Amino acid sequence: MQAKRVTFPGRILPALLLLPQLAITAVFFLWPSAEALWQSLRREDAFGTRSEFVGLDNFRQLFADPAYLASFSTTLVFSASVALLSLALGLLFAVLTERVGRGRALYQSLLIWPYAVAPALAALMWSFLFDPSIGPVAKLLGRLGLPWNHQVNGGQALILIVIASTWKQVSYNFLFFVAGLAAIPRSLLEAAAIDAASPWRTFWTIVFPLLAPTSFFLLVVNIVYAFFDTFGVVHATTQGGPAQATTTLVYKVFRDGFVGLDLGGSAAQSVVLLAIVIALTAVQFRFVERRVHY
Amino acid sequence: MAGVTLDAVRKVYPGGVEAVRGVSLDVQNGSFCVLVGPSGCGKSTLLRMVAGLETISSGTVRIGARVVNDLEPAGRDIAMVFQNYALYPHMSVYENMAYGLRNRGTPKAEIAARVAEAARILAVEPYLQRRPRELSGGQRQRVAMGRAIVRQPQVFLFDEPLSNLDAKLRVQMRVEIKRLQKSLGVTSLYVTHDQVEAMTLSDQLVVLNGGLVEQAGPPTELYRRPATRFVAGFLGSPGMNFIAGTAAEGGTIRIGDLTWPAPVGAAARPGTAVELGLRPEDLRVADDGEPALPFTVEFAEELGASRLVHGRIAGSAAAVQLPAEAAPLLGTVPVTARAEAVHLFDAETGRRL
Amino acid sequence: MVRPAGAGSVLPHILLSAALAIMLAPIWFAIVVSTSSVSDFLTGGLGVLPGDQAIANYRTVLVTGASNVGLSPVGPMLLNSFMMAVAIAAGKIAISIISAYAVAWFRFPFRTAAFWTIFITLMLPVEVRILPTFGVTADLGLLNSFAGLTIPIIASATATFLFRQVFMTIPDELTEAARIDNAGPVRFFFDVVLPLSRTNIAALAIILFIYGWNQYLWPLLVTTDTKYYTVVMGIQRLAQSAESSPVWHLAMATAILAMLPPVLVVLSMQKLFVRGLVETEK
Ligand SMILES: Nc1ncnc2c1ncn2[C@@H]1O[C@H](COP(=O)(O)OP(=O)(O)OP(=O)(O)O)[C@@H](O)[C@H]1O
Ligand SMILES: [Mg+2]
Repeated sequence: MQAKRVTFPGRILPALLLLPQLAITAVFFLWPSAEALWQSLRREDAFGTRSEFVGLDNFRQLFADPAYLASFSTTLVFSASVALLSLALGLLFAVLTERVGRGRALYQSLLIWPYAVAPALAALMWSFLFDPSIGPVAKLLGRLGLPWNHQVNGGQALILIVIASTWKQVSYNFLFFVAGLAAIPRSLLEAAAIDAASPWRTFWTIVFPLLAPTSFFLLVVNIVYAFFDTFGVVHATTQGGPAQATTTLVYKVFRDGFVGLDLGGSAAQSVVLLAIVIALTAVQFRFVERRVHY
Repeated sequence: MAGVTLDAVRKVYPGGVEAVRGVSLDVQNGSFCVLVGPSGCGKSTLLRMVAGLETISSGTVRIGARVVNDLEPAGRDIAMVFQNYALYPHMSVYENMAYGLRNRGTPKAEIAARVAEAARILAVEPYLQRRPRELSGGQRQRVAMGRAIVRQPQVFLFDEPLSNLDAKLRVQMRVEIKRLQKSLGVTSLYVTHDQVEAMTLSDQLVVLNGGLVEQAGPPTELYRRPATRFVAGFLGSPGMNFIAGTAAEGGTIRIGDLTWPAPVGAAARPGTAVELGLRPEDLRVADDGEPALPFTVEFAEELGASRLVHGRIAGSAAAVQLPAEAAPLLGTVPVTARAEAVHLFDAETGRRL
Repeated sequence: MVRPAGAGSVLPHILLSAALAIMLAPIWFAIVVSTSSVSDFLTGGLGVLPGDQAIANYRTVLVTGASNVGLSPVGPMLLNSFMMAVAIAAGKIAISIISAYAVAWFRFPFRTAAFWTIFITLMLPVEVRILPTFGVTADLGLLNSFAGLTIPIIASATATFLFRQVFMTIPDELTEAARIDNAGPVRFFFDVVLPLSRTNIAALAIILFIYGWNQYLWPLLVTTDTKYYTVVMGIQRLAQSAESSPVWHLAMATAILAMLPPVLVVLSMQKLFVRGLVETEK
């Protein structure tokens, strides 16, 4: 990590400049994380007065707990669905707007604003559309012979939070794909046109491969989003239910910690999440590195 | 005002590169000193040490009588014109010129007066409220100069200030810089790798090579009596012809199986490997009986005012510059030069003999 | 793109219109519900056009609240959200720009260590250290306070990286010219670096404003006093009652109010927003 070639002398000024950031990082990031690590290795007694070192017991317990494993697979299904759906839709919308001549700017404006909507609000609006008794979409489905009630049907609840989370994330992917498409050299497409490739063929043989770096980068970002930023979606609507069907890992760590007050168990869950973020960040940074070195 | 004196100045960069390897130099008060040399020879480094932008590894730099080694750039009373101008992109031309004065607490009225004066001298008055990006290259160049002259410093430092301009503008600005420097009389250090700029601008010309001074002195002297083969080859365009040979008895030079009969190599011990240096413009077709070398013509370039004939002398590539109206040369012709125009260098050390 | 001529270009319009219909459906129905009366949607009389209860509903939500369903007035919550979003955006930018300045323009011991410490925050989202962070904040007495809402999430590796990257594009010669012009590090920062980073700051401010406004989990943890509720987080109580009691009209009115500021920011400053988004992810 380089500094500028031309620098200023002095040591006190840079220390002062870094102090606020480092202090906040130490107090609110490093210390709590270290504490989570520490607590994940300990267990409190029934009265919460003493705790003792239990090694990896909390983790063993965690991975022996069917509820936790279920939450794990729920999260995987949920994240994969959200990531892939929002990627596919974002790409589709971007390609479509590229192809319209007039009105492109208008379409773009109308497609990007959901980015600004908080996940919890997105979830709320969608849960109205799917409200079993009065939601317009639920009614429509009922008339089509597909009774909808996400308050009792776990699968439907999961579909609901996937839809709400995807809806918000599509705009983000859309924007990056628009930028990615704009960066493709015109001459390549012209060459393809001269080679008499059909638009369909041109897309799959030229455009799509050139968008691969963007797609991969977005895939990682979307997974991170689905893992962590969708807490509000779950909390504001299904609350993890019915019957744990929508309990994602992040929602579970919150509930076990704050409602269940299981310090060691919650800390162990935090540590598992930490491992996941580190892995995702590592993947992302290897990739960002490549982008920088192009 | 003050002169600049360098005494055994060295610069070793943190990586271990020794960019300047002991340079001593005396720039007279009010004179125009040009540092010239190939890329990487340490010109910029030397200039930046005078500016205070690089630390000095050893030796001393004086401006006037004051040793400035440990002074901040702002405390050295110098002004600098950068190759890319380094104008503050978000400030107007006026603000760019005023910034250094304002930071030194110069009164507002005086700043206004000085900027107005500089703007007048440099003919940038119409652009004072514009941003740098709204100016042409030449105009930016003038503003960069303006920023230097409003400060009325002891020394001007220029680091290749003209190299971002197109050829025509470069010639024009070169003349203006010279005129400005003469009228202001401010001691100037000017870095370039363009030998025409170097020759035309300097009162004192310094040729650097590999972090060392090859030769310093008035430009005509460096041109006429280059102290080393390097200086001889560096100055002049088209470049000097070099022909390898061996010193022989009586000061003559053996070149292959030919002999340059005139005694130019008096100082060379017989048997020493030498190089004979002949500028293209000093060569002409020899009359009968004159000492001469056979020149085998290959082709000619018409330069308008003159004609440059390329060919070979004793196997080495060589060129002869003739008046445009001279008769065309064909085949092999004997060529010769005045005795003072024949340079001789030790092939091993490169020193003039 | 090399576009196919003629009839081919109608299809994208049709498909895009369908896409827009789906994308806009939630907001459209939210508007419809938020302007309808309770009886409208209980009797199934909810249409596809806005109702006539807009003023009544929005007044209830903004000013009086609905204590029976756990909704305190949204007006003060909006103000809280706004202050929190501005404080987070401004704080993150201020803290990051000076850290990036230190890392870019100074060499000092532990420079790399400092940089990595900042980098690590990328890997530690609130969700990962939720209980202990809550604990630290509580120990510092920051629960139910404005400081507690903002300071713990004000460190930012992303913004620091962004500014460092911007700074690396500022030519070294400008720094040298400034040194000759008698500008020290502080003056150089205010006179040159800050003005040259203006667009980046503006673009980042938009992204961070949205980020701050949309905070959910953190306000949920550190506020129990309605005085400090933010609107995005305050709505959840209403959301939970909406499943059982007929308050969809109020919930949707609140939702519309809660999303309006960030959405307006995006739509009115679209260019800057897009730039900010693309830059922060590099
Ligand atoms: N900051 C630095 N760190 C290490 N080495 C450096 C640094 N700056 C320059 N050098 C090296 O010092 C030598 C002299 O560099 P300098 O910039 O003075 O050359 P120059 O004569 O100005 O060349 P040019 O005509 O290309 O500008 C070069 O070999 C260069 O690679
Ligand atoms: Mg140089």
